[in-house]
Amino acid sequence: MTLLSVRDVSKRFGGLQAVSGLSFDVVQGSIKALIGPNGAGKTTLFNLVSGMLDPDTGEIFFRGEAVQELSSHEIAGRGLVRTFQHIRLFPKMTALENIMVGRHVHSKAGFIAGMLNLPFTWKEERRIREKSFEIMELLGIADHAQVEATSLSYGQQRVVEIGRALACEPQLLLLDEPAAGLNMRETNEMGELIAKIRDMGITVLLVEHDMSLVMKISDEIVVLSYGQKIAEDRPLSIQKNPEVIRVYLGDEQ
Amino acid sequence: MRTRYLPVAAFAGLIVAIQLATHFTDSAYHLTQLTMTAYYSILIVGLCMLIGYAGQISLGHAGFFAIGGYISAFLTARDLSSIKGSGFVSFLSKAGLLVSRADLYGGSLLNVHPWCACVVAVVATVVIAYFVGGPVLKLRGHYLAMATLGFGVIIYRIVLGTEFLGAADGISDVPGFPLIAGLEVTGKSSLRVSNYYVAWGMVILGMLFLLNLIHSRVGRALVSIHGAEDAAGAVGIPAARYKLNVFVLSAVFASLAGIFLTHYNGGIGPSEASVMKSVRYVAIVAVGGMANLWGALSMSLVLNYLSLRGYFGSFDDTVFGVILILIMLFAPDGLLRRHLFTDLKRLFSGGAAGEEGR
Repeated sequence: MTLLSVRDVSKRFGGLQAVSGLSFDVVQGSIKALIGPNGAGKTTLFNLVSGMLDPDTGEIFFRGEAVQELSSHEIAGRGLVRTFQHIRLFPKMTALENIMVGRHVHSKAGFIAGMLNLPFTWKEERRIREKSFEIMELLGIADHAQVEATSLSYGQQRVVEIGRALACEPQLLLLDEPAAGLNMRETNEMGELIAKIRDMGITVLLVEHDMSLVMKISDEIVVLSYGQKIAEDRPLSIQKNPEVIRVYLGDEQ
Repeated sequence: MRTRYLPVAAFAGLIVAIQLATHFTDSAYHLTQLTMTAYYSILIVGLCMLIGYAGQISLGHAGFFAIGGYISAFLTARDLSSIKGSGFVSFLSKAGLLVSRADLYGGSLLNVHPWCACVVAVVATVVIAYFVGGPVLKLRGHYLAMATLGFGVIIYRIVLGTEFLGAADGISDVPGFPLIAGLEVTGKSSLRVSNYYVAWGMVILGMLFLLNLIHSRVGRALVSIHGAEDAAGAVGIPAARYKLNVFVLSAVFASLAGIFLTHYNGGIGPSEASVMKSVRYVAIVAVGGMANLWGALSMSLVLNYLSLRGYFGSFDDTVFGVILILIMLFAPDGLLRRHLFTDLKRLFSGGAAGEEGR
């Protein structure tokens, strides 16, 4: 079943056609990777899909609903959640609190209920805390729950950011370069974590430059160049695709 | 839970201790300025929520203070007995929204009841805050500061230039505000002690609301908007709506402060709406450590009291301007903060170690 469907989407910034006429689908339960040289439009596409930018033309369907006009918080509320290439944790909050913010869409207490500390919020707060801690245990970072998030190591911050996204219980998780800045061991662990997330029933769409990671975990790969799709296939076929090789390594002459 | 309410109890103890101290040293006159300090503190803690927690600056909160104070003053001080016959006034009268009292010369005045005026003032504040906040909160940083400053200036010029608001004289002869159980917000010196407790009771109530809020789902969302607005949106937090709501909330705190202080003082003048007042409020929140309700409250208690007692003399506004500059230069996290002692140690042990923390 198709979970996300990008249909003929284009986005232009002044004189730069960042994404042009792009279409592809993401099947539920799969891991799909977006690759391409720098400036190919991968992050722009993430911004379009997650609602941080609106496409100039084209449509984006999530679970059959057109979402290209919705704002990012509305899209997140529908179960499409992203992480950022440059980690965007909330400073002055502990790692646990960062993840608790991710429970926002699954809780209700508003301004009045919060100010009056109404009894129904007590149970909700407890559930938010428990669920967030469970996620930290699942990710193996529970020891750092009470540490200020931005003082953790880079690799741990990445995991906290993914934990925050998982706390939203997304159907589709967008990971923007999850292995950027990680060493080899951490990259391997990240690969295992992404596979684990898929096994939890969460579909994953990722942008990544680490080719060994992409080839190992992806079910399908979309290759972008100058905002256009030049290939979409299984990892093994992508490796043999002459157009992809040309884009990455250049022409013979 | 306990760590949240223990300081509140300690603070209540401090308030009682101050009153007892003035009682035994026969210096109850201090309570007048301390009561006024309490009302300013209501505005301060609300502004601290907006600036410190949600990360949205406002240089226009004296405007909201004045909106509350002026509406309440106008409605409760204006004599309606000359137009008693008009349909609207007799309707208000029948609805029980009017109250008559004796004026200084024994004549009788017919005014809007303070409770009714208070409701009108708060509703007006909410409406104005929504209309101002909606477009203005799309701006960030310096631009937001300038836009709110503009709002403050507009309110100041309006109250200064409007004849029926008393122009440069402001509104006087504002009656007391009867609360529940015989308590009244009024400047009568016979009721000084009860007014002191009423005012600080309101501050403590406001603090309880805000302390609950910052430990709630909404509080975390506000801090997350402060930290990384795009990331907050990406996990489903409607940042624009939350910013607007907390702006309106802080405006209501400011408005209530203005309403009650006006009834306590028996009047309000245009200086309450001046931009220097807004700057002073921001300075106090900054000294308190921005995202620190207790810091803002304690600094408000000290600085407002000193200012109202006249310790700063004619340099009153200068002092707050200098405080703001010094804090921004040397202690952008405020005076009362976690690493205070280590920083002091570094400062006194000499050396350029202080630069490392930047």
